[in-house]
Amino acid sequence: MKLYETILFNQIKKKSKVIDLGCGGGVLLNELIHEKSCDGYGIEQNFQEVLVAMGRGIPVYQGDILDGLKQFDDGTFDIAILSQTLQQVMNPIDVIHEMCRVSKKAIVTFPNFGHWKVRFHLLTKGYSPKTKQLPHEWHNTPNIRVITIKDFRKLCAENNINILKEIPLAKFKFQRLMFPLRFTNFWTEKGIFMIEKKN
Amino acid sequence: MTQQQFKIADAHKISLDSGRHLEEITIAYHTFGELNAAKTNVILICHPLTGSSNAMEWWPKIVGPGLAIDTNQYFVICTNALGGCSGTTGPASINPKTNTPYLLDFPVVTIADMVRVQRELIGHLGINKIKMVIGGSMGGMQALEWVAQASELIESCVPIASTTKVSPLAVAFDSVGRKSIMEQLKSGHGEAGLAVARQLGHITYLSEEAMEQKFSRNLQHSDAYQYHLEPEFQIESYLNYQGEKFLGRFNLYAYLVLTKAVSYFDLERSYGSIEKAIGHSSAKFLVMAITSDWLYTANQSKALAYQLMKLNKHVSYVEIDSDYGHDTFLIDSDETKQVIKCFLDSL
Repeated sequence: MKLYETILFNQIKKKSKVIDLGCGGGVLLNELIHEKSCDGYGIEQNFQEVLVAMGRGIPVYQGDILDGLKQFDDGTFDIAILSQTLQQVMNPIDVIHEMCRVSKKAIVTFPNFGHWKVRFHLLTKGYSPKTKQLPHEWHNTPNIRVITIKDFRKLCAENNINILKEIPLAKFKFQRLMFPLRFTNFWTEKGIFMIEKKN
Repeated sequence: MTQQQFKIADAHKISLDSGRHLEEITIAYHTFGELNAAKTNVILICHPLTGSSNAMEWWPKIVGPGLAIDTNQYFVICTNALGGCSGTTGPASINPKTNTPYLLDFPVVTIADMVRVQRELIGHLGINKIKMVIGGSMGGMQALEWVAQASELIESCVPIASTTKVSPLAVAFDSVGRKSIMEQLKSGHGEAGLAVARQLGHITYLSEEAMEQKFSRNLQHSDAYQYHLEPEFQIESYLNYQGEKFLGRFNLYAYLVLTKAVSYFDLERSYGSIEKAIGHSSAKFLVMAITSDWLYTANQSKALAYQLMKLNKHVSYVEIDSDYGHDTFLIDSDETKQVIKCFLDSL
C-alpha cells in the first residue's frame, strides 16, 4: 500500500462496512477485509481493474460512481472512500452528497493543487503544472477538476458537510510536525478529509 | 463424456406451471470432470435456447481441462432443457398414452419447469451444494430460477447476457418466429417456417456493428446488382445458411416450446418481486452483460445488478465491451473467459 492508503487504512475501524469508489484492483479493500474483517464493496470503471478486484473476492460494480451509489439505501455503509478520484468525476458535489447519504462517514483524498511545487511550476515556467502527483499534460489529463485543500474546505462549508478530520499528507514527517494546519494547503501533496453530512 | 440419461420416477407428480403433468420425464445430461469426495466442486451449466447437454461442444473455449471452467478441478453438469430436442423429454418424445410423438400436444413448459426437472437429477446424484450455476441467455434465466427455487444449494450464480424479465422486444421476435412455424405447419412445411424463425433469431444474436464488420453491404457473387428478387447480399446468404443448417439439428416443435418458455420468463411476476424471488439467497452473484447486446440488453443486466446491490448481496456487475452482440458469450471471447475465471478462482 502507498503512504496515503496506509493512512486511510489506519482511519478505518475493524468490521466496518466499506465502499471504495474507484477501487482499482481493490488493494485497500483487500487489506481491510483481511486485516480488519471489514465488509467491502467496490465501484470501478476499468474492466481489467475490476477483474483484479473480483479475483480478490471483492464484489465490484463496473460503471459510473454516481450510478452505483444511487442503488444503495441510506446509511448502508460505515465508510465510503473516494481516494484520488474526486479530481476525475464530472459531478463532485453530487458524488459527495451521495457518499454521505449511503455511508455514515466518508473519506476523500485528492492531489492538492495548492501544493507549493504546483504553484512554483506555474509561477516560474508558465505552463500548466506537471508534478509527480499531477503527471499529465493539460490536454490528456484525466484530472478534469483542479482542487486545493482550501477549495475542499469551502465546498464542505457550502454544502452542509462536517469535516471530522483533516490529515495533512506530506512526504516527510517533519513537514507534518512542523507546520500547523493552516499551512497545509501549501505544504501537503494530498488532501485527506474525513467528512459526514450535518444533521 | 457421453450423454447419460436419468428417468424420473413418479414424473407425473411434478406439477408444471401450466397445471399439466407429464407421464414420463427423462433427463439427458453430460458430466465432465470428477466429483470430489465431499461433493463440493459441482458446477451446473444451463444451456441457451438451442444448446444441448454437451457443454464442451457448444462452449469449447470455456469448458474443458485447463479452461475457465476447468474440468480438471470441477465436476461440471449440463442437462438438456425440458421441452428441448437433444435427449431430454420434449415435443418429439413419445407420449406413452398414445405411443406417438407429442408434437403440438406437448405441454407448454416454463423456465421454472426446466429447473424443477433439473433439481430431480441433482437430487438423484446426491449433490446438495452447487458451487456455481452459470448460463447465458435462456441459461441465465435458469440460473436465476435455480436461486429462486433452491437457494440453499446455490453458492454462486452467474447469469450472462440474460434478464429477469423478457422484454416485449424479445417476446416480439420469438412470437414472429413461432408464427412463421405455425403458419407453415398448416401447409405441411413447418421446416421452412423453422428456417425463417432461425434467421430472425440470428439477427437478434448479432448487432448492427457485427453485421457491418462481417458483411457490410457486400454482394455474394458479383459486384453488380442483378435486379432480381433472389438473395444477393452476403448477409442474406449468411442467414439462409444459418436457417438451413439449423433444420438438421433442431426440432421445430421444440423451438416452439422453448421460445414460449422464454417469453413467459418474468421472475417478478412469478414471485411477486425480485426480493421475494432471490432476496433470501446468500449466494455470490456475477451479472455479466454485453455492451452491444440488443436482445437482452446491458441495461437489463444492470437493473438486476442494481436490485441485488440494494438488497446488499455479494454482487459484481461486469460489462464485456464487444461489437458482436448477444452471441458474444458463445464466440471465442477473451474477456468472457477472463471474467469467468477470475470469479471462479475467487470462490
